[in-house]
Amino acid sequence: MDEISSLIGGFKVALSFYNLALMLVGILLGVIIGVLPGLGGANGVAILLPLTFGMPPTSAIIMLSCIYWGALFGGAITSILFNIPGEPWSVATTFDGHPMAQRGRADEALTAAFTSSFVGALVAVILITFLAPIIAKFALQFGPAEFFSVFFLTFASFVGMGRGSPFKVLAAMCLGFALGAVGLDKMTGTLRMTFGHDELLVGFDFLIAVIGLFGIGEILSSMESGLKFQGSHAVIRLDAVLQTWKQLIKYWPTSLRSCIVGCWMGITPGGATPASFMSYGLAKRFSKRGGNFGKGEIEGVVAPETAAHAAGTSALLPMLTLGIPGSPTAAVLLGGLLIWGLQPGPMLFVEQKEFVWGLIASMYLGNIVGLIVVLTCVPLFAAILRVPFSIIAPVILVICAVGAYTVHNSMFDVWMMLVFGAVGYVFTKLGYPLPPLVLAIVLGDKAEESFRQAMLSSQGSLTIFWSNWLVGSIMTLGTILLFWPAATWLIDKMRTTSSRPVPAPAGAAVVDRER
Amino acid sequence: MARQNSSRLTRFGAAALGLGALAAPQLMQASPAAAQSWEPTRPIQFIIPAGTGGGADQMARFIQGVVAKHNLSKQPIVTLNKGGGAGAEGFLEVKKSAGDPHTIIITLSNLFTTPLATGVPFSWKDLTPVAMLALDQFVLWVPADAPYNVAKDYIAAVKAGEDKSFKMGGTGSKQEDQIITVALEKLTAPKKFTYIPFGGGGAVAVQLVGKHINSSVNNPIEAVSQWKAGALKPLCIFDAKRSIYTDKVTATMAWSDIPTCKEGGVDTEYQMLRGIFMPPGVKPEQVAYYVDLFKKVMATDDWKRFMQDGAFNQTFMTGDAFKTWVAANDQRHHELMKEAGFLAPGK
Repeated sequence: MDEISSLIGGFKVALSFYNLALMLVGILLGVIIGVLPGLGGANGVAILLPLTFGMPPTSAIIMLSCIYWGALFGGAITSILFNIPGEPWSVATTFDGHPMAQRGRADEALTAAFTSSFVGALVAVILITFLAPIIAKFALQFGPAEFFSVFFLTFASFVGMGRGSPFKVLAAMCLGFALGAVGLDKMTGTLRMTFGHDELLVGFDFLIAVIGLFGIGEILSSMESGLKFQGSHAVIRLDAVLQTWKQLIKYWPTSLRSCIVGCWMGITPGGATPASFMSYGLAKRFSKRGGNFGKGEIEGVVAPETAAHAAGTSALLPMLTLGIPGSPTAAVLLGGLLIWGLQPGPMLFVEQKEFVWGLIASMYLGNIVGLIVVLTCVPLFAAILRVPFSIIAPVILVICAVGAYTVHNSMFDVWMMLVFGAVGYVFTKLGYPLPPLVLAIVLGDKAEESFRQAMLSSQGSLTIFWSNWLVGSIMTLGTILLFWPAATWLIDKMRTTSSRPVPAPAGAAVVDRER
Repeated sequence: MARQNSSRLTRFGAAALGLGALAAPQLMQASPAAAQSWEPTRPIQFIIPAGTGGGADQMARFIQGVVAKHNLSKQPIVTLNKGGGAGAEGFLEVKKSAGDPHTIIITLSNLFTTPLATGVPFSWKDLTPVAMLALDQFVLWVPADAPYNVAKDYIAAVKAGEDKSFKMGGTGSKQEDQIITVALEKLTAPKKFTYIPFGGGGAVAVQLVGKHINSSVNNPIEAVSQWKAGALKPLCIFDAKRSIYTDKVTATMAWSDIPTCKEGGVDTEYQMLRGIFMPPGVKPEQVAYYVDLFKKVMATDDWKRFMQDGAFNQTFMTGDAFKTWVAANDQRHHELMKEAGFLAPGK
């Protein structure tokens, strides 16, 4: 019960007027940062970090972590409304969130996203409060083989996402791996596939690919279908929040599963991005309405958002207890800790009790404040879709371009974004799914890196992936999930040798665009 | 525990008091010099040729913070991570911005190693050297319960063990950590380490605590908290002399208690430049402005605390002395990397 008294002490610190005001400011700034693609939580926190040097460390971390929560909330807004994920972990939210918006259900999708985020974060904070010391030790068991097994599980749980040709899924994924491999090979320190162009040194940033493939591709598709957003006929309902909450209760198993996936990925520290993809893949597999995923299923919003936030929140735990950041934003916060004179690591909980518990208390309060702020704005956000396309489209295009430019401050990236936009449009037309492509760009190089680290460590023996119960069970689970679609397909094939199913267009958002 | 706690708090207090006391004389000092010399007219872009969270990033953000806190510059410093291609992205950017006095870059050893290993066309000669801020140390770390207490014993264990059975973790490939590993392999010959590159120094330290690797050559600041917590122990420091910091870090040891590797029977030395460079073709008075700015940064108590926490070797150099040092170090890296077989074709 030590934790409870410490937490009450923490609330006393966090509940001062000054700190509450900072929370509100942080959340608002965070939402804006999250909405602008390219700026992102990590950059936003980095830009605002110097503002906090004059504050006491506890107040400073409260404000910065609230920016982090705000950015997590804000990332969902553009994903749902415009199909532009501002953060890697918002990509999976677009799969069903955007189709919902296209059907005039933007307010429901937003409410579902915000509420799920809150639930995910809350569960993770409770976990941090009571289990911090035990969990911190667990993270130490993660070596290269364990990391690879987590990435493998993510890919495996995602296979069979598209309803179209598995070969098209495979082709898209392979293209993603190839694009992910461009740049410096971290394992040997040599350059790959740059063909002597200095611009290619840095490789293809995920964000540029996603802004192009989803954002620009979406604008091109909208232009084709009559220069307007399909969600523009949305009715603004003031009671949307309450209506959606009634629906959400039904999906508690999905929420629970997503919380587990998210917390686990945040602690390990696999991170929020694999968590959101994995959770989406699993929800699709286990849901009764799995076949409708990608067409605007509310469960498809709940799953990735819950997991992303549970992971994003629990990612702060390895940062505080071990000094390794579970996310880029956590890495910048880590820099902040040092400037305030705090050394992150195992001693922080002992030496800086007030700071740590103030931060944990602010996680509770910050998320509550955040939820209230974003939920009251739901009708406002949904109304954005009613702005005529001819006004909003150029604005989106400019925001996309600014976002792409911000990643490396380079014009080359803006051109790349436009190329990706064209690729996205062509892919959509040809029925190649985009999600496997994006997943491979995001996680491909990380998976490769941990695979090769594991191979170095075992001197080339694959048995390292079954060398202990932890990695063994994750790999086995992944293998089962990987072959599940093939097995069911084979069984179906044997049963109905004559009737071949009509090939449907693959990919998540595709179906809706071609409707 | 309580003692450590209070010493930390007093340091806080000292830093806070120092804020007011330091700012005033420094401003007075600066004004006569500033009268006829150059000053920035727009925000200063501070490029970090590495990712967020690493040693260079921490130092650059720290400098940004100190400059803002003590109001040392009329124009703010804006940090920008350009770590792609093992830092080549950042260095090429500075090389391209010839004559731009509002761009500075902080370096790590990748100033030397990246062009040699990848063949990307830049070298320190394409940049204008400004100042050496400090030298970052390297320490040989093993898990706290490892059965060796001196470097010699560890090297002997590697030599006695099966080839490649000992795993050395480090940051990046064909960079400083691997160079040190190769240097150590001279002593373990014919046995070699299995060198496993990771994304960053923090990750390496945690992998070592989890015993997924046998040792690391982490910079002090990357592993200090694990040392304090009793999870890691230092075997030796890769410097000619012991560290000067005598404040206790753990209950029994200070940085100065870590023997040099030479003392421990392992004659290997390596330190990493933490220096500042500008684009080519900038004017001497512009360089002078930054030299002056960094002198002011280094006079703050914040900086002194940062140096102590990270056990940095505080060597400050500017002008020709710095240039000579850089040239010699470039040559040394060329030799080290040639020996290790890390050079890109044509280098």
